[in-house]
Amino acid sequence: MTTDSTFRTQMIEAREAPDQSRGVLGWFRANLFNGPINSIVSIVVILLLARLVWPFLEWAVIDADWIGTAREACTGEGACWVFISARFESIVYGFYPEAARWRVDIVFALLAILVAWLAVPRMPRKKWVALFTLVVFPIIAFFLLVGGSFGLEYVPTRAWGGLMLTLTIAVVGIVGSLPLGIILALGRRSKMPFVKGVCVIFIEFWRGVPLITVLFMASVMLPLFVPGELDFDKLLRALIGIMFFWSAYMAEVIRSGLQAIGKGQNEAGQALGLSYWQRMGLIILPQALKLVIPGIVNTFIALFKDTSLVLIIGLFDLLAIIRAGLTDSNWLGFSTEGYVFAAAVFWIFCFSMSRYSQYIERRLNTGHKR
Amino acid sequence: MSEATATETTAPGSDGPMIEIDHLNKWYGNFHVLRDINLTVTRGERIVICGPSGSGKSTMIRCINHLEEHQQGSIVVNGVPMTNDVKRIEQIRRNVGMVFQHFNLFPHLTVLENCCLSQIWVQKKPRAEAEKSAMEYLERVQIADQALKYPGQLSGGQQQRVAIARALCMRPEVMLFDEPTSALDPEMIKEVLDVMIELAHEGMTMLCVTHEMGFAKTVADRVIFMDQGQIIEEAPPTEFFNNPRSDRTQLFLSQILGH
Repeated sequence: MTTDSTFRTQMIEAREAPDQSRGVLGWFRANLFNGPINSIVSIVVILLLARLVWPFLEWAVIDADWIGTAREACTGEGACWVFISARFESIVYGFYPEAARWRVDIVFALLAILVAWLAVPRMPRKKWVALFTLVVFPIIAFFLLVGGSFGLEYVPTRAWGGLMLTLTIAVVGIVGSLPLGIILALGRRSKMPFVKGVCVIFIEFWRGVPLITVLFMASVMLPLFVPGELDFDKLLRALIGIMFFWSAYMAEVIRSGLQAIGKGQNEAGQALGLSYWQRMGLIILPQALKLVIPGIVNTFIALFKDTSLVLIIGLFDLLAIIRAGLTDSNWLGFSTEGYVFAAAVFWIFCFSMSRYSQYIERRLNTGHKR
Repeated sequence: MSEATATETTAPGSDGPMIEIDHLNKWYGNFHVLRDINLTVTRGERIVICGPSGSGKSTMIRCINHLEEHQQGSIVVNGVPMTNDVKRIEQIRRNVGMVFQHFNLFPHLTVLENCCLSQIWVQKKPRAEAEKSAMEYLERVQIADQALKYPGQLSGGQQQRVAIARALCMRPEVMLFDEPTSALDPEMIKEVLDVMIELAHEGMTMLCVTHEMGFAKTVADRVIFMDQGQIIEEAPPTEFFNNPRSDRTQLFLSQILGH
């Protein structure tokens, strides 16, 4: 019997993996050229990419015109970015009066600083900065952008436009729809039939109408029903419509996160004597929101891109202002440059949000790995 | 309402029974889960509840801190009668610690934060004080060295010991254990039982739903056998194990001790 059994006196040391599976070459071998079919596919794709990307680069960078102030500068074969640089001010500020544009600069510089402060984990006093961003900053931004008090010139919202309007709508939409979505999601899971009913109706109504309809209703139909002296600003109506619309989507994203949290978490909180809001705020929501970060950011990105729909109710966002520039008789025929530029701006913002969300996900995850 | 405030200020029933359950009935829809339960637990008493699965033992102890709502009968905990009033329920829960089968630690908080959460938010203690008392209890369950880790980094036995420390941090008068060792690997059961035995020797009032008959023999003052939502038999452990009176108890004991 003893001949069948194994008996080891020395343990085997760990050895390095073979050369072929490591390094750059190893990566190419494992991912692009592991077998004849894969190698052929890889080569075809690389060639195709080269055929498509190279002409675009030629047009957009190599043969492009960069310097100048007028149409006469457009001499090359490729894109004429002079169109963008010549109209840059209006693309950023819309019809905002030139003398007051410093106010826009201050608001967005301040916003950039605050967002960066909140986004970088190392920065201290997050609570106070967050409170400032959510409470004090909107008031400052409102008085600076609208004006009409403290000796500032009044700028009606119909003069707002361009990137500044796009960012205003996006920021208000994002900041407004997230908390509203959380409340709606909690309400929809409430045991109180009235609260639950109101939330379900709200969510299903706003999810069931296209955003364009919401915007039309806000700009055209609402004034028909509301008495004249209550007539409030068109941009404000659009903002409220966008906020409600996206909060309904947000609510469903967050609800899916709430449902993924086990019943035991809530019960443990109950057993410790925590109140409903303490359980939600300290135990359930931190976990649920973390789970649905991809969904939340997905909604943010969709919201950001859909801000350009406000052009159908006569607000000139980034895309609309570029389109308006195309009808300028000096600049006929530069639509490709205009649209490519608009796409690039939107892409930069959306891609940044996406990357930041991935970073946050990784950061929040570390605590739970074994 | 005046009754509730009176009970709050006069340190309720410091010599009456700890828990009084009187003609408790509960239904899930039409299913009668708890049938006429009567149980009085005196201060410092250690009770083990056993019975086949689905016999209502977990449901019964979950009624004591209102994780389950009952439809008939009354429960009085530490002199405070249970009602549907949220404030009253929260008052009772502050006095009743609970340990769950699946630990239910908060995975997004460290071990220390798990233990401090309710001290800070329910008892309104300053953070430093809460952390100090949390560390004392973590020391007692011998896991203080893991205080800054997350629950996901601990073994099941360690997690359950943290869960016990978390409940003890609220300085409860009663501890409820809902199958605390059922989800553990065999080699980790002992470390949890040791903590529970120590707690029993310190005089904590305990109600344990468990299949650990060794634990019942060592520490229980009374063993309760439940089946089909009813208390079938209730006796001191020596009598319960050596001389069970009901057929169902005998059958149950032969099934869990018979191998």
